Amino acid sequence: METTKNHFFSDMSVMLGRSMRHITRSMDTIITVCLTPIAMMLLFVYVFGGAIKVGTDNYVNYLLPGILLIAIATGISYTAYRLFMDMQRGIFERFNSMPIARSAALWGHVLTSLVANAISVAVIILVALVMGFRSTAGILSWLAVAGILALFTLALTWIAVIAGLSAKSVDGASAFSYPIIFLPFISSAFVPTESMPPVVRAFAENQPVTAIVDALRALLSGQQVGTNLWIALAWCVGIMLVAYIFAMRVYKKRV
Amino acid sequence: MEKAIQVKGLQKSYKQHHVLKGVDLEVEKGSIFALLGSNGAGKTTTVKILATLLKPDGGTAAVNGFDVTTSPENVRWSISLTGQFAAVDEILTGRENLIMIARLRHLKNPRHVADDLLKRFGLTGAADRKVSTYSGGMRRRLDIAMSLIGNPQLIFLDEPTTGLDPEARIGVWNVVQELADSGTTVFLTTQYLEEAEQLADQIAILHEGRIIVSGTFEELRKQFPPAKVEYIEKQPTLEEIFLAIIGKKEEK
Ligand SMILES: Nc1ncnc2c1ncn2[C@@H]1O[C@H](COP(=O)(O)OP(=O)(O)OP(=O)(O)O)[C@@H](O)[C@H]1O
Ligand SMILES: [Mg+2]
Repeated sequence: METTKNHFFSDMSVMLGRSMRHITRSMDTIITVCLTPIAMMLLFVYVFGGAIKVGTDNYVNYLLPGILLIAIATGISYTAYRLFMDMQRGIFERFNSMPIARSAALWGHVLTSLVANAISVAVIILVALVMGFRSTAGILSWLAVAGILALFTLALTWIAVIAGLSAKSVDGASAFSYPIIFLPFISSAFVPTESMPPVVRAFAENQPVTAIVDALRALLSGQQVGTNLWIALAWCVGIMLVAYIFAMRVYKKRV
Repeated sequence: MEKAIQVKGLQKSYKQHHVLKGVDLEVEKGSIFALLGSNGAGKTTTVKILATLLKPDGGTAAVNGFDVTTSPENVRWSISLTGQFAAVDEILTGRENLIMIARLRHLKNPRHVADDLLKRFGLTGAADRKVSTYSGGMRRRLDIAMSLIGNPQLIFLDEPTTGLDPEARIGVWNVVQELADSGTTVFLTTQYLEEAEQLADQIAILHEGRIIVSGTFEELRKQFPPAKVEYIEKQPTLEEIFLAIIGKKEEK
């Protein structure tokens, strides 16, 4: 007898193709995801920038890592939304009554999230280049940047999967991302943590965004990344694993 | 005769709400079985359990010889479900929907399968339009077409003709008849006695959580008071009038 496990990758590629079509047919969601981070970048660089002392003359360089993380946090709320809508529709019922590897549909959404966020990250980097962003990073450093961003996206995507699967309403499915979008503000993303009051500073220096932002910034400016890289990776992988286990548990209960 | 479906003492509750209170039914291979019941009787619940989407609270159910709770994967290899609400992807085109399902069923030539079905269901003209622009009837036809892909041994159709105009309804009836002629078992639910009369080899009526009567249409007819029988016979005549008018219009 055939089993569904043999077909996991072909099933998943069909699912990926399906949700990628959803994305390319609603490019407006990608534009929406890019708009807020770009507006923030403009605001911080041209309005607040003059008053913020960060110790470099190029504030766009300083700002970009945090802006990218905000863009990803916004982007994954659409992943939760798409998953939630899919669960509501009859089409998921059809998939579930077919001999398809159970998690193929879920992985389709996860990989789509990765691609969609990669697109918005690329768009924002282009805008930043226009605004004066310059990097001395070599190929390897850029690959490391891409790798960290991909891991960060995956970690947040699995959180989004939990939200999408367990939400009771459309609003609930995307509201979970607000605190995540807010995290970069209490980190080294916009201003150095040294300028913060002690309690806030303690939080800022020990939360994942600061480590990730510092690692990205060091990589992009061609400096030594040091331990920040490992702390950033540990955070991303740790969050991803925990969220993955929970998401799978919720998924098994749902189907 | 071999059984395609065997259900004994099937129970299902949603929290406090006891919907199925011991459903017994048997469906023979290659036959058309109609499950009748009013709104909320539990028809969809029964179909979902048989299609492995819901777990029963009690009783046993076997589909094509496989138990739905202990070997759901084997059940899924042998069935296809057309749920009560169209299970189509609105953002994809009709053709893409069909190709997607053909690929998920691991067929050799998905495009070819899609083209054939589009033709058979009169959707060739709309094949490359997004499904969100389809009418209810077109959506339903696509939905049923998607369920035929891969020639499953057993097809569930949950209220396949609700919301269709008489012509489209007869189109669905023809498809169901063709399926049965080619040896596929069809399990359909409906609220229309006349539909069961037209199609089904066996009819069962689900009421208050149990099957209250079952048998062939002739057997059932004997149990109904004459007034009801008269009502049953009126429906096709109305339909005939409607079709006659439509037919005349088209001849002009
Ligand atoms: N997910 C659910 N949670 C709680 N109650 C439910 C759920 N699904 C169905 N019910 C209840 O179970 C009963 C049977 O529902 P079901 O959908 O099986 O009926 P049906 O015979 O298919 O009705 P219809 O002809 O309207 O489609 C209804 O009273 C319904 O309210
Ligand atoms: Mg129903």
